[in-house]
Amino acid sequence: MTNVLVCIKRVPETSGQILLSQDGQSIDARHVGYTLSAHDECAVEQAIQIARSTDGEATVLTVGNDDSLEQIRNALAVGCTAAVLVEADTENFGPADVAAAIADAVRSRETDATTYDLILVGNDAADTGDFQVGVRLAYALGRPVLTGIGTVEVQDGTVVARGKGPEGTEVFELSLPAVIAVQEGGVEPRYPSIPGRMKAKRTPVDMVTASVSPVGNGRAALRLPPSQPSVVEVLGEGPAAATAVVDLLYKLGVAT
Amino acid sequence: MILVLVETDAHGATETSQETLTFARELADRRGGLTLHALLVGPLADGITQAALTQLGEQGVSTVRHAQHEQLSSYAAGSWATAVATATESVSADIVMAAGTARGSEIMAHVATRLDATMAANVVAVDDVDPLTVSRQVMGGAVLEVMRVASVPAVLTVAGHAVDPRAAALPTQPHVEVFEPPLTESDVVGRVVRVEATEVDDTAALTGARVVVGAGRGAGSAHGFDDLLELSELLDGTLGVSRVVTSLGWRPHHEQVGQTGSRIAPDVYIACGISGAIQHWAGCQSAKTIIAINTDADAPMVTKAHYAVIGDLHEIVPAINEELRRRGS
Repeated sequence: MTNVLVCIKRVPETSGQILLSQDGQSIDARHVGYTLSAHDECAVEQAIQIARSTDGEATVLTVGNDDSLEQIRNALAVGCTAAVLVEADTENFGPADVAAAIADAVRSRETDATTYDLILVGNDAADTGDFQVGVRLAYALGRPVLTGIGTVEVQDGTVVARGKGPEGTEVFELSLPAVIAVQEGGVEPRYPSIPGRMKAKRTPVDMVTASVSPVGNGRAALRLPPSQPSVVEVLGEGPAAATAVVDLLYKLGVAT
Repeated sequence: MILVLVETDAHGATETSQETLTFARELADRRGGLTLHALLVGPLADGITQAALTQLGEQGVSTVRHAQHEQLSSYAAGSWATAVATATESVSADIVMAAGTARGSEIMAHVATRLDATMAANVVAVDDVDPLTVSRQVMGGAVLEVMRVASVPAVLTVAGHAVDPRAAALPTQPHVEVFEPPLTESDVVGRVVRVEATEVDDTAALTGARVVVGAGRGAGSAHGFDDLLELSELLDGTLGVSRVVTSLGWRPHHEQVGQTGSRIAPDVYIACGISGAIQHWAGCQSAKTIIAINTDADAPMVTKAHYAVIGDLHEIVPAINEELRRRGS
């Protein structure tokens, strides 16, 4: 039985146009909505697979306010079986603060007879992209950590993890407990079913508070890169433009 | 003093490590002439070491520290981090940097945690040197965050292609110091135990390609890639795809270009049937010339491209292929 804790983050959608808040301190996603980071979706999928194959529990956790319940419910709908919301004002949280809040919640829950054999996080958040929460969390808990992992298998208290390396697929082996940062590409996230959604509504979410004195994220401001005026030169419409395209490819020196 | 962790490949220092050295040197100059040290880790073939030393000299590196230990023959983030942290502390580095690659990000996260330092990931510019304030990519590069990095040392990773590698005005002959980092058992628990050959994985071909033919939802189905593959072959290039293509299972994930795929910087990127959402733009914005082929003249990919053809890729790409073959390509 492997109990898996998967830590997720609510992030603004990146499919629409990005607007900044008036004070330039945050992203205004009211119109585009929120989602999970792509890596987090894969971490959730991985957690569900491991928990199911070992008759363990897959618990989803996030640090934030009530708004994050949307992402927690989505993770429950696809198969997580328990949920924790670590309530905190994360506005100025940096990666060290998020890791400290998670570590605090893990420690306090583990004293209550729960153990998390494996903690999964997304490799890096789609919004802040700090690449640090998994590593900082592992150090705080004194557990080994891997990042950039595509697939995770658990057998008899050992984790076999695979990730993409410069010379092929790198294989790692760790004893549990451990922390692993999952990257997109190894598993395909499943879609929620209707019964799954119904069940997600009924699953209780444990609300806990974390005692963290935030060190902050160092953010002075956000800014949009200067928008380049479109300089596109339209070569034509339809197949008739092929000659112009090939002329251009010769001019650029990539056709010979 | 600024210390840069240098990654190597078959040609010496990697392209992104050379970019990071250029970035570091310019920051060192702005800080009133800090010296620039580089760090190599683990056993390297003589030819690679020599090539790297020449490149590091061109970048104005004064001292190269080379970590050697029998445990460094297989990669473990913990071991590499101990090498970086040891070098950082032994020379009291003000700033320690690496390229914002998978390994660079991983190692620096360990280093920052161990040294109780602040880390800024994917930095693209230095706004102020004192207090150190940087601009870094967030939201996949669609937004820049101005971030103060108050800790000493400051830990930075530099986003790929944020700067072009440029040689220093005065090349140096770096002095090499070999040292043995004090590795512990906990450093090596996360080591690579073996490397498996991947069935087909052209990630390296994609990131190094001069020409990339991109394909998005407009390909239509898993069977819609034949003409696109032919075009990439005719141009001696590689196929790259958007996230929707891999999510739908039309093509393998290693072909994905974007925030959660490869970041490419080809001379020419031909984006076919790709709308150009942020997720994708994050991976292809460093292409020197972008040619978009799209049915929608208002798609972000089209408005951000240098050249565009409006229409169905399934009609246009075969016509381009035919014209290329006719001219003998």
